[in-house]
Amino acid sequence: MSTKPYRLAEGGSRIDRSRKVTFSFDGKDISGFAGDTLASAVLASGQKLFGRSFKYHRPRGLVGLGSEEMNALIGVGVGSRHEPNLRATQIEIFDGLAAESQNRWPSLKYDIGAINSKFSRFLPAGFYYKTFMWPKSFWKHVYEPFIRKAAGLGKAPEGRDPDMYEHMHVHADVIIIGGGLAGLTAAEAAASTGVKVLLCDENPVLGGIADLTAGMIDGECVEAYTTAAAARLAAKSNVHILTRTTVVGHFHHNYLMAFERVGDHDPAILASGAPKHRLWKIRADKVVVATGALERPIAFANNDRPNIMLASAVRGLLDRYGVTPGSNGVVFTNNDDAYLTAFALKKAGVNVRIVDSRSRSDGTLVKRAIAAGIDVQLSSVISAVEGTVGVTAVKIAAYRKGQGRVITEKRVDCDFIAMSGGWNPALHIWCHNGGKIQFDDRLQSFRPKSHTDNIVAIGAANGTMSVEATLAEAQTLAKKTKTFKVEEPSRGALESLWFAPATGKYNEGNKHFIDFQNDVTAADLELAQREGYESVEHTKRYTTFGMATDQGKTSNLNGLGVISEATGKTIPEIGVTTFRPPYTPYSFGSIAGSLTNDLFLPIRRTPIFEWHMEHGAVFEPVGQWRRSYTYPQASEDKHQAINREILCVRNKVGLLDASTLGKIEIKGPDAAEFLDRIYTNTFSTLKVGKCRYGLMMNELGFLTDDGVTVRLAEDHFIMHTTSGGADRIGAWLEEWLQTEWTQYKVFVTPVTEQWAQFAVAGPRARDVLSKLSPDFDISNEAFPHMSFRQGLIGGYPVRVYRISFSGELSYEVATPANFGQGLWNAIMEAGDEFGLSAYGTEALHVLRAEKGYIVVGDESDGTVTPIDVGLEGMVSKKKPDFIGKRSLEQSFLKGPNRKQLVGLFTADPTEVLPDGAYAVAQAKDKPPMEMIGQVTSTYMSPTLGRSIAMALIENGRARMGEVISFPLEGGKVMKATITDTVFYDKEGGRIHG
Amino acid sequence: MKSKYSIFSLARNAKNYHKDWEKAWRSPAPKAEYDAVIVGGGGHGLATAYYLAKNHGLTNIAVVEKGWIGGGNTGRNTTIIRSNYLQDSSIAIYELARSLYEGLSQDLNYNMMFSPRGVLMLCQTEHEFRAFKRTAHANRLAGLDCRMVTPAEVKEIVPIINTDPNCRYPILGAYYQPRGGTGRHDAVAWGYARAADALGVDIIQNCEVTGITREGGRVTGLSTTRGEIKSKKIGVVTAGNVSTIMDMAGVRMPIESLCLQALVSEPIKPVIDCVVMANTVHGYMSQSDKGELVIGGGTDPYNNYSQRGSFTALEHTVTALVETFPIISRLRMLRQWGGIVDMTGDRSPILSKTEIEGLYVNCGWGTGGFKAIPGSGFVFADTMANDRPHKIAEPFGLNRFAEGRLIDESVAAAVAH
Amino acid sequence: MLVVTCPICNASGDETDFHYGGQAHVRRPATADPLNITDEEQRDYLFIRHNPKGLHFERWRCDRGCGKWFHAARDTVTMEFKATYGITELPPVELMKEAKGPWADYFKMRMKEKA
Repeated sequence: MSTKPYRLAEGGSRIDRSRKVTFSFDGKDISGFAGDTLASAVLASGQKLFGRSFKYHRPRGLVGLGSEEMNALIGVGVGSRHEPNLRATQIEIFDGLAAESQNRWPSLKYDIGAINSKFSRFLPAGFYYKTFMWPKSFWKHVYEPFIRKAAGLGKAPEGRDPDMYEHMHVHADVIIIGGGLAGLTAAEAAASTGVKVLLCDENPVLGGIADLTAGMIDGECVEAYTTAAAARLAAKSNVHILTRTTVVGHFHHNYLMAFERVGDHDPAILASGAPKHRLWKIRADKVVVATGALERPIAFANNDRPNIMLASAVRGLLDRYGVTPGSNGVVFTNNDDAYLTAFALKKAGVNVRIVDSRSRSDGTLVKRAIAAGIDVQLSSVISAVEGTVGVTAVKIAAYRKGQGRVITEKRVDCDFIAMSGGWNPALHIWCHNGGKIQFDDRLQSFRPKSHTDNIVAIGAANGTMSVEATLAEAQTLAKKTKTFKVEEPSRGALESLWFAPATGKYNEGNKHFIDFQNDVTAADLELAQREGYESVEHTKRYTTFGMATDQGKTSNLNGLGVISEATGKTIPEIGVTTFRPPYTPYSFGSIAGSLTNDLFLPIRRTPIFEWHMEHGAVFEPVGQWRRSYTYPQASEDKHQAINREILCVRNKVGLLDASTLGKIEIKGPDAAEFLDRIYTNTFSTLKVGKCRYGLMMNELGFLTDDGVTVRLAEDHFIMHTTSGGADRIGAWLEEWLQTEWTQYKVFVTPVTEQWAQFAVAGPRARDVLSKLSPDFDISNEAFPHMSFRQGLIGGYPVRVYRISFSGELSYEVATPANFGQGLWNAIMEAGDEFGLSAYGTEALHVLRAEKGYIVVGDESDGTVTPIDVGLEGMVSKKKPDFIGKRSLEQSFLKGPNRKQLVGLFTADPTEVLPDGAYAVAQAKDKPPMEMIGQVTSTYMSPTLGRSIAMALIENGRARMGEVISFPLEGGKVMKATITDTVFYDKEGGRIHG
Repeated sequence: MKSKYSIFSLARNAKNYHKDWEKAWRSPAPKAEYDAVIVGGGGHGLATAYYLAKNHGLTNIAVVEKGWIGGGNTGRNTTIIRSNYLQDSSIAIYELARSLYEGLSQDLNYNMMFSPRGVLMLCQTEHEFRAFKRTAHANRLAGLDCRMVTPAEVKEIVPIINTDPNCRYPILGAYYQPRGGTGRHDAVAWGYARAADALGVDIIQNCEVTGITREGGRVTGLSTTRGEIKSKKIGVVTAGNVSTIMDMAGVRMPIESLCLQALVSEPIKPVIDCVVMANTVHGYMSQSDKGELVIGGGTDPYNNYSQRGSFTALEHTVTALVETFPIISRLRMLRQWGGIVDMTGDRSPILSKTEIEGLYVNCGWGTGGFKAIPGSGFVFADTMANDRPHKIAEPFGLNRFAEGRLIDESVAAAVAH
Repeated sequence: MLVVTCPICNASGDETDFHYGGQAHVRRPATADPLNITDEEQRDYLFIRHNPKGLHFERWRCDRGCGKWFHAARDTVTMEFKATYGITELPPVELMKEAKGPWADYFKMRMKEKA
């Protein structure tokens, strides 16, 4: 097809005719000019068809000019760089751009899915709620897969996104949303007071639709004024301008998100290392909503055909890109504004006539049109459209407001339609955080009413449609207001036209589309009312009206108008659905920003992390930490490595990096009394230089943490917590001190990262430390179990705690973090002759399980008391009050049949009970079976040469020796005998060795 | 008797351009007195009314709703249906609900599109892995069809998932309930409403309760914006607003109302055919029949009645899911919203009689109530009809908070769902 | 995201710089008299919460600032902070008067105690 008729010989303020740009659309190369959008360039090539609708797969073309576009949704880019559902009107073309249409198969022109349109009579709103129910299994297996395949718009990209995204955080005194006439004027006014101004506009060029607006400001056209204002603002140091940046949401306390498309329009920008998108997180003192207005389509029969556009879009195509949709157009309107489009068409040499549903208008533009010889038919509507993939003719019928169907109609050839049903203030940002709105009869639309935030709306966003009033309103932020000499055409009143009748009844098969993308017609909305889905939210959800990717920008009010006529309720009585962020969709990539891959979440590393890496450690995430799970040597699998490490500790000596262990310094004259409140057992009686294992409950009486606390001095303790509990317990202690026992003089200081801490455990542990010439006596007599020394080991300053989580002779050696690697190396070296080797967390867990030591989080799960795990002796009877004490008195916590911690020996010593396996009162062939408790820890013990387990079993301590059953997956039942929890060295001699 | 929905009635009505469909439910004016009144026209309230009428023959009953039915959390959730909880009492009610969901479209003659596409709960730390293994054992012995799956199987079920063993939280396995899935949330409310209405239940919308009247120790009725309504049995089923309503009767609740957010992407062709929950990183995702990715995460920490949440919570959720499903990075968020969820002290629901005779309360479903709707309505109707807790409701009584008999599910899943 | 201002160090920050601590003025019965607490008193302390739609009184901690806990009066619908005050203090008198429902009862009781 020749490109000539669509690209005019001249005109096009946005394009550079000297720079040709070639891109592909559905595999076909198309040329446009620099500055073109995909929409203007494709239309200029003669192609009207841009996509297929969601439900009926009807052929669709362009409707809008910008982000309100709902039909022309395009997939851009290939492979991992593909992006679906972009609006053709916002895609700026560049050489090599690859674009494709969506929701069609096999091609845009021949789409199998269009068969839905033939059956549309059987597919009214909500049809799927009434059928697809029989037979029962068919929904999941037959109907749903079919529906899912047909639904959806574009395709997802393949693979991981190769582009980058980033966040920016900014504070602004004033943010101005929208850089049109109102926004630019307001920005200048605000900037003149010296405050910091941020101006965001979603388009590449500032000015809004000033270029499409009639009038003169101080003797110049509106666009000249906005261009000059934009230039002045760009030169101001207190003004920051962001273009291609959509303010997508307004949240509590004037927090806003703005989505900047940094590199979408130019691959060279991305290639230079810039992010694809940037998310601006903005905190503003004052928000100025200058988001303009959105033009409404008109509901007439087959109003969705390609080449039926908004009047402003036609005007924009002509003015900005020198493109016309055709050579013979009809402007269909209910207001004066669309007459400007007729003038623009006439000026461009395009044949045009006007169909106006109003009986009269005394506006300047109407008079001018008649005077210019344009065929203006008042009291008329378009009652029918001919053509399928375009427009070939319309029928025009006489119309009187409120008329339900037309009688006679006249056929007129044409190849496009420019429609305007009036303008809706863009209220989205105003409403996101609860702004109230009111119906304006003059606009036949809603406009802002009140807001509890520091936010104002100005210009068209506020329903102020004249240039003069907008200029005045936009200066509310100025100290001194400027006056302008404004000339603009007087406007006749708009008359609402929610539905242009056809010859048939509108609920009898005509297609008056309200929501184009989702194929919701006036008849669908009416059906919803008839079936009782009367709340506008019900109507929306039942028909899907307003739920497409444009979120009802162009359809919402028309829908309300139709509902109003169907029910007799006024539009304000019907109300609106909730405006939710975002204003337009924005990428998940921009929300994640740089927090992907390695930066997703921070990883905490101990001072020995590099050594672990070098020595082949397998890591496991523990909270934010990475801990060494085990260190497999050449030819070992994980299991073998773990067993070797365990036996090394039992028979020789092992070294564990325990630096992740929580460490909290507790200091002050009341420190001991405070600890008595925190722990279930008593710490005020602990002697200086001694260690004591403590249990903590939460206020509910359940175990929450445990660890050894050491009295360094009369008023000074160091508390150890679990690795996962360190931050939580630190904050918790502080909370109790500040909010409950405010009288205590105690400081709580978390010092976990300050120290590297290692367990040297095993019968040769003392030999290893001795070799490092400690400057204190480490003999068993001088430094017994559960005591503490401070000094030098291998020249490193250390705190040494003789404590054990393995049941072996064991020292935990702590040194300031920076010395950690040095001391670790020294111990490794010293231990070499004794067979020392590093061991990981899994060996640690087996070692402690062999001794029956609990792990909070394994043996307890937030529902377990100290008494349940057999540590009743550690719950003080003397102390009147400590955290959780009273809850232990509640009936269920001291009731019968509580699960109690026991040990288990499987009948077959080579079999290991599975993690978390449940025991039952009686094994049956099939479930349900009554469960009596579960395995909490289960291992193959290399020390004992058999499997061991711990479990919480109902009344377990009274069932010693009883054999219980664990029915496993696949029907197998494992049997195990209930035993004591201490499997190894029951006398506990080794720890004192 | 209402005309039945079917392919045949659809075809028959097409002939007349669908002009003969009757209202799915009537809009009656409130009567002066009912045998029972349900406060709250969400899924749980409507289901309660339906089962009161269907199972217990109480047809002189009403549901009063301050706005539009299904307008609270029923119409705001991410529609996940599963029953693989850890504690016996939780399994009992959620599995009752799930099994009722399986036949609900047919029972109500309203397609609520129960889609048992499977629910995968990822294990991303050793600790979580063990916790889910434990849940798997408990669920199997309770008779649930659930199993652990390997990372390779996870990849097979959800090809777009990130199974890189070197990522921040590598997937060690997953807990899979193949018969869990999703449903069409609005249709659950509408289906129950239509079926209850057919049994004579009055569904009264735009009727806000302003007071609960009592005499001695028992309820006598309600004051509403549409007049006084007498009733000796009142069930309060108002989710996030339950404290406000119960304050009217002087009953203090163990509830805090928080904001939970959800969001959807623009629609795309199918990429994920099950529900994936990633508890360690706090996010979950499925894809609706329309093609939107449906995403949810955790609540904001503070009390919030605004139905608008903090961007921070949403950002964490999205970030977690971009890490879990890298291809979504270039897809776009279409819409976000919030709901007021009612959180109890142990994060388990309340289905209970109260200290006031004739006053019952069903609340505390927190972030996971949608999946429970049929079961909750079923046992709550039984509780109200017989003035004693249904066996499955019994553990969920208010008395548990004084007894310390908490039902703690955080062991199994620490994330909102 | 809310902006919170710490009354102790005057730092203002996003809600993520602070830690929310739930309802304010919850009395721990065991601190006063550990030996005579009924199950119901313990339940009220642990679980029963004021949950007003509107003016609420709650605890926050200045996590990334001075680390201090403080009280705040906040509207749970508009999210407006009406006042912040010390962790051992009662709210400004006008807010105690403005409080509704269970909060009004509570403050009446506290005022009576004071008098």
